Amino acid sequence: MSTSKTALRPFALKHLSALMLASGLSVALNAQADTTVHAVMHSALRALDPVSSSATIARNHGYMIYDTLIGIDANLEPQPQMADWAISEDGLTYTFTLREGLTWHDGTPVTPADCIASLKRWATFDAGGALLMTYTESLSAIDEHSFALTLTEPLGDVIGLMAKPSAMATFMMPEEVASVAPGEPLPNQIGSGPFRFVADAFQPGVQAVYERFDGYVPRSEPASGTAGSKEVFVDRVEWIHMPDMQTTVNAINSGDIDYIERTPFDLLPLLDANPDITTGVLDPLGMLTMARMNFLNSPFDDPRIRRAALLAIGQEDVMAALVGDPRYYQTCASVYGCNVPLATEVGGESLIQGGDPEAARALLEEAGYAQTPIVLLQPSDVATLTPQPLVVAQALRQAGFNVELRQMDWQTLVSQRSNQSPASEGGWSMIFTNFGVDSIWNPSVNPLLISTGTDQSWFGWPTDPEMEQLRTDYALAQTDDARRAMAEAIQQRAMEQATFIPLGQFQNVIAWRNELSDVVEGPIPVFWGMHKAD
Amino acid sequence: MFAYFVRRLLAAIPVMLVVALAVFLLLRLAPGDPAAIIAGDTASAAQIESIRVALGLDQPLHTQFYLWISRLLQGDFGTSLISQTSVMGMITQRLEPTISLALAAIVFTVLIAVPLGVIAAWRQGSFIDNLVMSVSVVGFSVPVFVIGYLLIQVFAIELRWLPVQGYRHLADGFGEFASRLVLPALTLSSVYIALIARMTRASMLEVLKEDYIRTARAKGLGERLVLFRHALRNAGVPILTVIGTGFALMVSGVVVTESVFNIPGLGRLIVDAVLARDYPVIQALILLTAGLYVIINLLIDLSYALTDPRIRY
Repeated sequence: MSTSKTALRPFALKHLSALMLASGLSVALNAQADTTVHAVMHSALRALDPVSSSATIARNHGYMIYDTLIGIDANLEPQPQMADWAISEDGLTYTFTLREGLTWHDGTPVTPADCIASLKRWATFDAGGALLMTYTESLSAIDEHSFALTLTEPLGDVIGLMAKPSAMATFMMPEEVASVAPGEPLPNQIGSGPFRFVADAFQPGVQAVYERFDGYVPRSEPASGTAGSKEVFVDRVEWIHMPDMQTTVNAINSGDIDYIERTPFDLLPLLDANPDITTGVLDPLGMLTMARMNFLNSPFDDPRIRRAALLAIGQEDVMAALVGDPRYYQTCASVYGCNVPLATEVGGESLIQGGDPEAARALLEEAGYAQTPIVLLQPSDVATLTPQPLVVAQALRQAGFNVELRQMDWQTLVSQRSNQSPASEGGWSMIFTNFGVDSIWNPSVNPLLISTGTDQSWFGWPTDPEMEQLRTDYALAQTDDARRAMAEAIQQRAMEQATFIPLGQFQNVIAWRNELSDVVEGPIPVFWGMHKAD
Repeated sequence: MFAYFVRRLLAAIPVMLVVALAVFLLLRLAPGDPAAIIAGDTASAAQIESIRVALGLDQPLHTQFYLWISRLLQGDFGTSLISQTSVMGMITQRLEPTISLALAAIVFTVLIAVPLGVIAAWRQGSFIDNLVMSVSVVGFSVPVFVIGYLLIQVFAIELRWLPVQGYRHLADGFGEFASRLVLPALTLSSVYIALIARMTRASMLEVLKEDYIRTARAKGLGERLVLFRHALRNAGVPILTVIGTGFALMVSGVVVTESVFNIPGLGRLIVDAVLARDYPVIQALILLTAGLYVIINLLIDLSYALTDPRIRY
C-alpha cells in the first residue's frame, strides 16, 4: 500500500487485536464491539444484482453479502475461499470441495447445487463465464460437499476466470435465487458472505446498510484482497451516498463519516492537511482509461485511420488533464493495464512517448482520409471522463482529423453509444471509458478485446477473426509461458488494429479517519478485517 | 365554499390526465435507455436487449402506456426499473425530509421576511429600509450553494454549533432532527426571505397610503396595531400567493440544498431518476408534483377569504 502519510495506522490497536486473536479472544472483542463504519462509496447503490449488473458498486455490494468459491489475494494469485479445488491429470476435470460450516444468511447450508446454479447464472452474463461454458461438458454434484466441472478440452486458466474480482464476479447464491431469469429481480438478498444486507434500511440512491453475519466461518489465513479471512470486527457498515464531494470532505473532516472510497484529486489537500485522516491507495492497479472507436462506420472502419488516431495521441497530456498529480497516475500502453503479470506495451510506444502526429498525418494521407467528420462523445457530468475527449480532440485535430465534440450527460451517452448508425445519422466515432484493471488484466476477461462484431463485442463492435483466434489460443494455452506469448501477440494485434486506445492508468485514493485500522488492501474496497476504535 | 372546493378538485382531473400523457410521451421521446444503465459498462448489446425485454421496454408505446395508466388508476405507481423497489415506497421514504425542510424554511422565511418587509415599508427611505433592500439583493444574487457552504464553514466547521450534513428522522429525537435542519432551512429560505421581504414591503406601501390607515391612525391606534392588524391583513393576498407557491417549489425540488447538506429528499430522488431514466419514478413524481400544485393553489385561494373578508366563494 502506498500512502501520503508516514504514520499510516494506529499500530497499537492492530497488534493488540492480533494478540487477542491469537489468544482466542476475538469472539469477546466482537461481542464488546458496538461499532458502525460510515462509508461514502463512489456511487449510490441502486441495482442489487451483482451478477446481472456490471456496475462497480453492485460488484462491491456483492462482496459484502456473497462469497466466492475462489478468492484473489493482494498479489493477484487465486486462493481457495469457499472451496478447495483439484485438477485431474488430463486437465479436463476440476473438483471443488466446499469447506465446512458454510451457511446462507437464513441458516441453511451451502450445497453444491447452489454453486452449480450460481455458476450457470454467472456464465449467462459474464464473457469469461460464457467462454468457460463453451468448453464445459458437465457441471454436476458429486456428494453433499463437492461438485465437478468437466471440460471438453483443457482450458488454460479456469481458476483465474473463476477468481476474477472484476464486475460480474462469481458470487455464490442460493439455488432459488440463482435460478431467477435474466432481467428478473432477485427474490431476496440472502448470501453466505461476511455481512447480511439489512433490506429494511435500504434506500436506493441514499443508503445501504450491512450487519455482521454472526454465522460466517472465516478462513484461517490472513485477509488479503478477496482471499483469506473475512472475519468482521465491526457490527455494522452503512454506505451513505453523498452527491456533493465537498460535503463528503466536510463530513469526514468533522467525523460524520469514517471512509471515502474515491477522493477527488483536487480535494486531496483538504484531507492531507488533517492529521486525523489517512489517505492512500489500497488498489495499486487502479483504472485504465481508454478510447474506443466505432469499427462499423467511416472513417474508423479503415484500420489505417484507426491506427492514425492512435499515433496522434500522447498519454501524458491526457493524464495530466485527468489526474494532474503524478503520484496517482502512470502512462500505460498495455491493453491489460500495467503492473499485472501479462502487461506488455508492444506496439503502443507512441502513446507513452507523447504521440507521433507526423506519422499519423502520413497514414491519413496514405489512407485517403476525406475529412469525414469524426464525432467524439463527451460526458459533461463524470469528472473522471470529462477531460479525455477534450485532450484527444485537440491531438486528433493537430494530426489532421476533422473533429466534432458532442457533449451530453453520462446517461444519455450510455444509451447513445449503442447507436450503430453513422455519426452523421446520430451515431458516433469515438467514446471514452475507464475500466478497473482487475476487469481487463487478461484476454479472457477483457471485454474490449472481444472482436465478434455486433453480436457480443463491446460498443464499437470490432470484427477481427484473427483476434478471436488469438483469444481462443490464449484460453487453450497450458503454460504460463505460452499464455504470455499469446497475450503479447494479442497486444500487438490490438495496437495494429487499434482495437482500443489505452490512454493511461490512474489510481483511486481512499481516505479514512484514523479510528479505522487494518483496512484491507486489494482491488475491492472491503470492510472485513477492519477495526474501528471507540 | 365546499361546492367551490369540489368543483376545483374535479377540474384538476383532466389536468392530471394531460400531465400523465405528456410526461409519459416526453420521457419515451427523450434520449436514454434504462436497460443500458442497469446493465453497466461491460455489457454487450445482446445483454442490454435481454434486459430491455425483461423490463417490457420493447413493448409498443401504447401497450406500455395502457399498462402504466391501468395500474395507476388502481393506486399502483409501479416498481423502479433500476432498484426494483416500490415507487410509492421510495417516495414515502423521501417525503419526510422534504416536507420538514420546506416547512422549516417557510417558518424561517415568514418569521424573518414579513417583519422586515413591514418595517422597511413603515420606514420607507430610511437606513433600515435601504439595509433590508440591499440584503434582499444579496439574497437574490448569491447562489444557494454558496450560502450553504458559507453557513457550513462558519456554523459547522469553525464554531461547531451545528452538524455539517445529514438528516435525522423526527422519530429519532427532536434535538438531532432540528439541529440538522437549521442550516439547510436557512440556506433554502435565503432566496425566499429576499423575495417575500420585497413583496411585503411593496404591498404594505400600497396599503399604507389607503384612507382607512389614515383613519386608524386618526382614531389613535398604536402603530403596531395599524401595521399588523389593519395594513398587513389587507396586504396579505399577494404575500400568501408567493409563500404558497414558494412552498410548492420547495417540496417539488430543492436539489442543490439537498445535495449540499446531504438530505435524502424528493429533489434528489427526481434528479437521480431522471439521470437513470427510471421512468416509473419520474412519472410518479411529476404527477404528484402536479397534484401538489393543484392543491396548494386551491388552499391559497381559500386562504384569501381568511385574510380579506371581501373575498367569498
